Amino acid sequence: MNKNQILKFFGYKLIRFIILMVAVAIFSFILLDLSPIDPVSTYLKGAAVSEAQRTILEGYFGTNVPLPTKIFNWLMDLVQGNLGTSLIYRAPVLDVIIDKFTASIVLMALSWLLSGLIGFALGVVAGKNKGSLIDKAVKVYCYAIQSAPSFWVGMLILMVFAVYLKWFPIGFGVPIGVSSTDATFAEWASRLVLPTLTLSLVGLAPIAMYTRNELIQVLSSDYVLFAKSRGEKGWDLVKNHGIRNILLPAITLQFLSFSELFGGAVLVEQVFSYPGIGQTAVAAGLQSDVPLFLGIVLFSAVFVFVGNLLADISYYLIDPRIKESEFGD
Amino acid sequence: MIKKKADDKKQWFLYPANLRTKTIVIIALSSLVIVSIFISGYFIPDIPTSFVNANQMPSLEHIFGTDWMGRDMFQRTIAGLGLSLMVGFIASAVSTLISIILGLFSSFNKFADELVAGIIDLFGSIPHILLIILVSVMFGGGVFGVVMGVGLTHWTPLARVLRSEVKEIKTKEYVHLAENLGKSRVWIATKHILPLVVSQIIVGVILMFPHAIMHEAAITFLGFGLPPHEPAIGVILSESMHYLSSGYWWLAFYPGMSLLIVVLLFDFIGENVEKLLNPETAQE
Repeated sequence: MNKNQILKFFGYKLIRFIILMVAVAIFSFILLDLSPIDPVSTYLKGAAVSEAQRTILEGYFGTNVPLPTKIFNWLMDLVQGNLGTSLIYRAPVLDVIIDKFTASIVLMALSWLLSGLIGFALGVVAGKNKGSLIDKAVKVYCYAIQSAPSFWVGMLILMVFAVYLKWFPIGFGVPIGVSSTDATFAEWASRLVLPTLTLSLVGLAPIAMYTRNELIQVLSSDYVLFAKSRGEKGWDLVKNHGIRNILLPAITLQFLSFSELFGGAVLVEQVFSYPGIGQTAVAAGLQSDVPLFLGIVLFSAVFVFVGNLLADISYYLIDPRIKESEFGD
Repeated sequence: MIKKKADDKKQWFLYPANLRTKTIVIIALSSLVIVSIFISGYFIPDIPTSFVNANQMPSLEHIFGTDWMGRDMFQRTIAGLGLSLMVGFIASAVSTLISIILGLFSSFNKFADELVAGIIDLFGSIPHILLIILVSVMFGGGVFGVVMGVGLTHWTPLARVLRSEVKEIKTKEYVHLAENLGKSRVWIATKHILPLVVSQIIVGVILMFPHAIMHEAAITFLGFGLPPHEPAIGVILSESMHYLSSGYWWLAFYPGMSLLIVVLLFDFIGENVEKLLNPETAQE
């Protein structure tokens, strides 16, 4: 792949990204503008004010400005990196999001890696021994976990490991009474284990099922039959002909799961009261903190886009067959 | 005459059956379970409270145990599942309608097709759970907000399938012929395209259902929508969160388990119906 093509690829992606972000920004803004949330009453939280003060506040929040003007102002602010002030935290939205996102990124990255590795390994083992007991066990597990609500899995894990076995604390990012900057690494880590475990257990099902099915398909192909007739067998056969073929699509699939990862994190953080972006999103939605919620929606869209981009890159850069052909549609 | 396979005559439980009969029986049984849950959930009256029997372990009398007000958890779970199923029904209906309209609309011209693809991309770019929260906040929360939030966001997979099907059908000769004869686009969409995608729609709807129910449970668990006195399954689970540290495991375990079973049953039905409707596998 030459330099020109790379530039073309990233230029195309950049344009798509900008269009998508503008679309998401306008779309989510219109949705929240249509909602019956009154910014003035939300801001006041039931405090008694005179009519005159209310009018001043209405002017400040711009409740009577027509919708196109509002959207235009919001986009202009967005370009300058000003996402407004959160009503819950009384702090700039950007600061709140960055603070919470870092906590979540650790959780999501760890469980993303773990679910990918374990899922792939389970899929390979199940696919290699098709029809055996271990294959059936993996299949049953994957079916069950895909039908189980992830927050319920989290609750079961919480019950077993925190309430009965008392191995881990029940929740919160850091111990009560300790600020998050003072907490030791061990304290952080011990509270990270259970949410990570839950997210990994839930996330490994799709990748394991995919790997299993692909491996079975590859192993029934003609070239594997030929390799068998040449005398290759066992683990070498799977390694040389199976894994090479299925590793790349599996990686791509794992990158494409960023959206579900985020959704899972929202629920799991709620169960384990882990102070991440998901819990903040729920709080913002429940307490009508519109600026914060809009900011989180935008950031999550960026997050999902990055996942898709990485999936594309992994495809284009690693697979020689696609390198040759042109990209984009 | 085609020679039948030997295992067609194999005994299956009570009588000999082939794969087709088995599939139909499985579908019928699963549907029966779901319909009975739905109907009995509808007829469960206010569950009596008795503080004498509060927080009891599961026993023969209360097979799912009792909660902090002494209510029977089995009855609450069934009622909650009934409510969840109802939300799922309405939401799937809304989603199906949207995907059919968008799928057929994409057949009109290239611009319409691009527009539909763009809307699908837009909906896919925000994490699903945030999108549901966004839409349900837009409708002001409550039961209506949850139904619309779940209903307006589950149409993307089906719409994507329909769009690609429509693209293929559009290349067929009879569609070109109809175009040349001067038939309107709406006529072509409803007479030539819609009948051919009915089986995809049916399968899509059944497979959409478990997602709708799961997301409904998730969203009520987070606290959006249904009020605490409506015993939807998400509300029951979020209530049981408070009693986890006291060790009342049955409050969370059984309701979640029954939700899992219902979702599995739907997946089961969907897969088997697909087997029957797909001409490649229907004759096996």
